[in-house]
Amino acid sequence: MSSSPDQTVPDTSAIAQPVLEARGVTKRFAGVTALSGIDFAVRPGESHALMGENGAGKSTLIKVLTGVHQPDDGELVWEGSPVKFARPLDAQRRGVSTIYQEVNLIPLMSVAQNIYLGREPRNRIGLIDYSQMFADARTLLTTYGIDIDVKRPLRSLALGVQQMVALARAVSINAGVVIMDEPTSSLEAREVDTLFSVIGILRRQGIAIVYVSHRMDEIYRVCERVTVLRDGRVVHVGDLADLPRMELVSLMLGRSVANVKGRGVTAFGETRESDAPPVLVATDLSRKHQLEGVGLEIRPGEVVGLGGLLGAGRSETLKALAGVMQLDRGTVAVDGKQVRSGSVPAAIRAGIVMLPEDRKSEGIIPNLSVRDNIVLAALPRLSRAGFSSTKNQDAVVDVFMRRLRIKASSPDQQVSELSGGNQQKVMIARWLAMNPKVLLLDEPTRGIDVGAKAEVQALIDELAAEGLAIVLVSSEVEEVVEGSARVIVLRDGRVETELTGADVDEEHLLAALAGDGSGDPK
Amino acid sequence: MTAIEPSASQSSESLASDAQLARERVVSVVQSYGAAIVLALLVVIASISFPTFLTPNNLTNIATQSSFPLIVAIGMTFVILTGGIDLSVGSVFALGGVLGAMGSQSGVGGTFLLPIVAGVVIGAIQGGLVAYAGMAPFIVTLAGLLAVRGLVLAVTNAGSNTPLITDPVTSVIGQGKVLGVSYTVLIALVLLAAGVVLLARSRGGQSILAIGGSESAATLMGLPVARVKFVVYVVSGVCAALAGSLNAAYSSSGVPTVGVGLELSAISAVVIGGTLLSGGKGSLIGTLAGVLLLAVIQNMINQVGSLTSSVQAVVSGGFLAVVVIIQTVLARSQRL
Amino acid sequence: MTQGTVTIALPRRAAMLSVLQRYGVYLAILLILLFNLVATPHFFELDNFRTQFVQVVPVLIVALGMALVIGTEGIDLSVGGVMAMSAAVVPLYIGYGFLPAVLVAVVAGTLIGVVNGAMVAFIGVQPIVATLSLMVAGRGLALLIANEQLVSVTDPGILALGRDSLVGAVPYSVIVAIVLVLVIALVVNRTTFGKQLVAIGGNRRAAALSGLPVKRILLLVYILCAALASIAGIIGTARLGASVPSTLGNLIELAAITAVVVGGTPLTGGQVKIAGTVAGALLLQFISATLIKHNVPDAYSQIFQAAIILIAVYIQRGRAVTR
Repeated sequence: MSSSPDQTVPDTSAIAQPVLEARGVTKRFAGVTALSGIDFAVRPGESHALMGENGAGKSTLIKVLTGVHQPDDGELVWEGSPVKFARPLDAQRRGVSTIYQEVNLIPLMSVAQNIYLGREPRNRIGLIDYSQMFADARTLLTTYGIDIDVKRPLRSLALGVQQMVALARAVSINAGVVIMDEPTSSLEAREVDTLFSVIGILRRQGIAIVYVSHRMDEIYRVCERVTVLRDGRVVHVGDLADLPRMELVSLMLGRSVANVKGRGVTAFGETRESDAPPVLVATDLSRKHQLEGVGLEIRPGEVVGLGGLLGAGRSETLKALAGVMQLDRGTVAVDGKQVRSGSVPAAIRAGIVMLPEDRKSEGIIPNLSVRDNIVLAALPRLSRAGFSSTKNQDAVVDVFMRRLRIKASSPDQQVSELSGGNQQKVMIARWLAMNPKVLLLDEPTRGIDVGAKAEVQALIDELAAEGLAIVLVSSEVEEVVEGSARVIVLRDGRVETELTGADVDEEHLLAALAGDGSGDPK
Repeated sequence: MTAIEPSASQSSESLASDAQLARERVVSVVQSYGAAIVLALLVVIASISFPTFLTPNNLTNIATQSSFPLIVAIGMTFVILTGGIDLSVGSVFALGGVLGAMGSQSGVGGTFLLPIVAGVVIGAIQGGLVAYAGMAPFIVTLAGLLAVRGLVLAVTNAGSNTPLITDPVTSVIGQGKVLGVSYTVLIALVLLAAGVVLLARSRGGQSILAIGGSESAATLMGLPVARVKFVVYVVSGVCAALAGSLNAAYSSSGVPTVGVGLELSAISAVVIGGTLLSGGKGSLIGTLAGVLLLAVIQNMINQVGSLTSSVQAVVSGGFLAVVVIIQTVLARSQRL
Repeated sequence: MTQGTVTIALPRRAAMLSVLQRYGVYLAILLILLFNLVATPHFFELDNFRTQFVQVVPVLIVALGMALVIGTEGIDLSVGGVMAMSAAVVPLYIGYGFLPAVLVAVVAGTLIGVVNGAMVAFIGVQPIVATLSLMVAGRGLALLIANEQLVSVTDPGILALGRDSLVGAVPYSVIVAIVLVLVIALVVNRTTFGKQLVAIGGNRRAAALSGLPVKRILLLVYILCAALASIAGIIGTARLGASVPSTLGNLIELAAITAVVVGGTPLTGGQVKIAGTVAGALLLQFISATLIKHNVPDAYSQIFQAAIILIAVYIQRGRAVTR
């Protein structure tokens, strides 16, 4: 577990007592261990990065620190004495404030009202004293270099400013620690600068910052120390200055730079490159804050990986291709014919289908049977005069349940009773029943067990061999590398680089993800 | 997008934001004062078309007739601002009238105390089911509508008894005037003023707006969400019962069949007054305008004579539909 | 490699709740019939059951449409107004004969459904408010059309629909109801539309992502609901022998919602239980008949009904939580 390299740092913050600590915190959900013996500490005035890929336990740890969850084992320590946060309000009262990715304020109310909601200044007869409140709000915001009309409704402000208001509210409630969860995900560059200068002011006031972000540049700009989590454990604690980007990425992904040249660990076979004319051509896919001029070509029979850390624009690219996301500009064409953008039915008609990332909220219809879920999209094709034909359905359902080896007691079983892996296969079957040309897979193996994972991977190979064009998004490096013939690497919504041929390996991918420009592991 | 520092305001971006801001302001004016503007127009049309409209007698009449639905609508405004709805007010109104008339046997205290207690109890049951058991407001209060109507029948021997008001003080409150203004109007205006102050200047009022604006954010900000939701249903119950008892005092009897459909006119008035049905934004002054608007329409229909109360229903239903469509479209345009 | 199907072992209380949610309504019918067998003289007679079935018809037909709307996570409060509308139109066109009058009445009522559906599907108004406004305006329009008059209907066709029976045994109105139940059951279970409707209620986002025509289906559902309510309005008129737009269908939305929810269709959508809805309507009918036969005042039966609604919704809500 974490050694304590703190003592070696010649910084005043390192000598000071931690303001907030987690000691040996363990958290389990329904038997699954999300956090395992976590030691974590922040000191006054310190800016501490909390890093880790999806499922590493970052959000669970934040929820424990803010009182949303209670640890099963271990304890929280505030300024040296143990504390218990039974609910978020307890943590807030003690001095732990949180800035969420989404602005959690009331859009219709004014800036000042939002800052003082629940603790408005009152006059002698107990009524809210607005002039006092506005003056206080103005003073508070000015402290952080923010000059806005505090009477304006929050909604009328840019997201960055809203985020700043959330921050002002947080720190004005006697904050000792401010936890920032992806605070810049919807900010523009200039707004990010303002945020960072505010962070500077807060640190000078002795407030500790816990900073969660996937943007490497930001982490190195604003943080001095880092704790890296992986699979619910702390894998590294130390100064950022001593940690090259490449190594940080390796730590997060659990692939040590030295031994990435191992044998395959997935069920993927040999990948093939194709020189057939592309079936799908997308150009200049752009949407404010999310995508910036992404272009790609996919050929039949080829699996193309989309690489990138969380928030790089992988899912967004898939959503743009599938017509789920409205675009500011950009075109998608299948077999040379342009597809109307922003329309799911149009994309499906053109042969583009997407397996969404969030199976539960975007994929399965929980109350329906396996059969109904499989034929959902294809239903009109399997029906005559609006009447669904059980015979036609059974034919399709039977084929796919057998081919994908979907384990259900019968096609009539409710899909919500199946395991995650089988639900995922049902989702794949739904799309294969449409005879697509392009299959977009967003995290196809997330949250399913090892056996099902191998089956899905083998299936992807098989489908490509049959001539389907596949785009694969996965946060597992080996899956992308071993499954794809080419990998397009995204960063901050742009295409950073493309790996082809022999370059499709973990070394090159890690280097591209770290984005330090070298492209070469050291 | 808005620049953080105004000094950077030369970019085209901030020009666009000015245009957007101007549009927002128009939208906001329409939302807040639409009812008042339409009301003013109607008053002008009515006074031109009907010579009797502007007579003191007619105006007093409109004011007095509006005072009862206004009190109901005040409570409804609070409920709707939290994103809820209260369909039981019509039945509670009738119960308030019947209990008030029965209570008046023991003096003016009974006239109002009994209904208020009943309003608190009914509101607390409904509020408890909504706030603490997490049930949908419309189904809870729809059941309330039925149950309380049953209660009215139960206490009036299946509606065959109409308790009369004999207490002189109660009659004065219900029918008396000072400087040509009915006491019921004064009471309604006092309640309105109290509501306005509470909503704008108390922590509880701010919490109501916050919960309607975003319940999840309000929870994360540590506001007492369940308690506030509970209280607004109690307030609505009390308002409806009180309005019912005043109505009984006005008409000298607690008629068991009054208040049918009152929930609809109260909701219509609130929504026409610019309060968002999704909650979080609205005003009691708007509700006042909405109530008066419906009353003036009613009055005009009466003045024509050949028109009937069903025209009133068509107009207010159609009005409600148009207003919610406008609201939905405006809200969507703001989200983009 | 092998992955069995996962059967989740429910705790005993949750298992009981689940049984109640699924079969509670049938159990309740059994109980109330048993009670009547013991305590109510002349309950188990053919004539009584025929009366009960005739009386349940309007609520049952309205509940069928309501079940579809609730299946999409919506609600339709305007059904009473729709009934009034079709009732008001019948006497106007009865001069042209039975069939034209019925057709025009159904079309008139269905127009209200078009407005409901358009507001909900295309503009995005919350179903409860959209249909609330039509609940008021619909009845108002009906009264305007009828000139606020009660008109007695003398057409033999209409009267037969209300009073006569096929071969003297099964009332025509009951036959209409049975046919409609079968048709709606067929629509829900056997058509593309039925599957898509339930899918939208179960997970609207997933349905849209699967390319389903969400708006068109929502529009159709509200139209269908209004069409059924119109038929209920005609049958109600036939039974009274008069067109009474002022009171016909008052509070029927409440009875219909109760029947649907008691029958095991959750207000959160994603399921439509036609058999359950039929059972729910019958249960309500039996309860009110039992209360009447035991001389319980109307007042208490209303309170009783309200309690049943709350209990049913509370039990169904439990499912949403346990999931």
